[in-house]
Amino acid sequence: MNARLRRNGFAWLLLLPSLLFLLLFTFYPIALTLRLSLFQADLSTPEPVFTGLGNYRTMFQDEVFRKVMGNNVLFALGTVPLGIALALLMAVFANKALLGRGFMRSAFFYPTLIPMIAAANIWLFIYTPEYGFMSRLLSWFGMNDINWLGTPGLVMWAMILMIIWKEAGFFMIFYLAGLQNISKELYEAAHVDGVGRFTVFRKITFPLLMPTTLFVSIVALTNAYKLVDHLMIMTRGGPNNASNLLLYYIYETAFSYWDQGMASALTVVMIAVLLLIAAVQFFGLDRRIHYN
Amino acid sequence: MIIKFTSRLGNLLMLALAAFWLIPLLWMTVTAFRPRHAALSGLFSLDFTLNNFATVWSAAPFATYYLNTILIVVCVFAVQMLTASMAAFAFARVTFAGSSIVFLLFLVQIMIPADVLIFPNYNVLKQLSLLDTKLGIMLPFLASAFGIFLLRQVFKTIPAELEEAALIEGCSQWQVLWKIYFPLARPTYVAFALVSISYQWNNFLWPLIITNSVENRPLTVGLSIFAQSFEIGVQWTEVSAATLLVITPLLLIFLVFQRQFIESFMHSGIK
Repeated sequence: MNARLRRNGFAWLLLLPSLLFLLLFTFYPIALTLRLSLFQADLSTPEPVFTGLGNYRTMFQDEVFRKVMGNNVLFALGTVPLGIALALLMAVFANKALLGRGFMRSAFFYPTLIPMIAAANIWLFIYTPEYGFMSRLLSWFGMNDINWLGTPGLVMWAMILMIIWKEAGFFMIFYLAGLQNISKELYEAAHVDGVGRFTVFRKITFPLLMPTTLFVSIVALTNAYKLVDHLMIMTRGGPNNASNLLLYYIYETAFSYWDQGMASALTVVMIAVLLLIAAVQFFGLDRRIHYN
Repeated sequence: MIIKFTSRLGNLLMLALAAFWLIPLLWMTVTAFRPRHAALSGLFSLDFTLNNFATVWSAAPFATYYLNTILIVVCVFAVQMLTASMAAFAFARVTFAGSSIVFLLFLVQIMIPADVLIFPNYNVLKQLSLLDTKLGIMLPFLASAFGIFLLRQVFKTIPAELEEAALIEGCSQWQVLWKIYFPLARPTYVAFALVSISYQWNNFLWPLIITNSVENRPLTVGLSIFAQSFEIGVQWTEVSAATLLVITPLLLIFLVFQRQFIESFMHSGIK
């Protein structure tokens, strides 16, 4: 009995520091947000006024909010599948390539390491009309200059391209790990039976990488809602909110308009979206995948 | 024959893609070393200069920014290493009441990272009167659920016999953690360090929100303020030089530890 008590006490002591920070900077703020989202608390109300679901009602009628949510879905649809497919391709080649394996790994991975702010500076320059890389490229081919970041219909695609460049190498690492975990004997058996490379990929590699694909897609999907630093430098959500995303909208609402109640309600929506993504993983997809 | 040809072609295409991936970095590096008129003219010339770096270094307090970032990165990782090792050891090797519930609590931190809680965390920091301090920048990151999961996975693979032997020798459990588990998990600490360091080095939105004085600003915030203080398209050479200053240390660390980093990730059981 005494030993068990000591063991329990020891475990809780080990956990104490981590738990303290977890409670203070994850659970307490979430509770704070839930509460504040039910109040009107902006520049015109020095003392917060309880309004129940008022913020949520206003939010769903707000055109900018709907646009931002739509943008975020488009951003996810644009970055997630393509980013993952590219990462898989990179990993397959960076795993086995006869030539330049280390070069490939470094070239694909380095964008992950550099700050988004730095990447945004670089890509802002690439997209700049007249002087930028894209403009030079177009002019060499005799085409008209395009203002990528200033055109509402194009800005989102310009962002999607940049984010794929930034993230694909990160996902590649997980696929490289996944590839290492597939037993060599399977490939040898397939080789002995004379199975073609594409069939091997389709019937062995791809299905056995499903757990990795699931993990990576969750990370990618979460990132689609989390990445916003680039908007600060490149577009500030514009033109006309064409590149605005949920987290940036939260930032604007909280720190530019100082509408604390609304910022809290938006944060609650954000938390709900992230929990939904996690729930899909735990209860939906996870069961249908066979782990090796 | 045909198969060999297609695989070689695939290889070449991927090499081309890798080269394409390098264009932004090369473009920026070249621009950083060019005089302004040469960078904007678009014609090839052999004009190169170091002036941009000198201008950048004197135009903004980058030395302070550098020191701040290094201080933040080192302190956060040191504390994370301590807190995460302790928690991971509890989860991996001690059976205790409530372990699965607490584990679930940490899972929430992975699902809802501090990045999205910017506004509520700002309020918490305000309540603690820690706005515009370096401690405030670090505080939300001192416990890392990612680190806990990573280390727990590795601790589980270390044979329990080692621990038993040490206990018989008279070691306490605390000593077992630091004398056996800690050194044996070294490769994983390298992977964890690189993830943590690059995350803190690159963190932007949070320090932007809570700092408003030069003494507390990290590099990322400094860089963004520097970049936005110019008319767009006019001072690209300086902005490129500043950007290069910010990313070079990380790229160097990565190049040095690249093998170890990628391999420890491969073997650490993250799938």
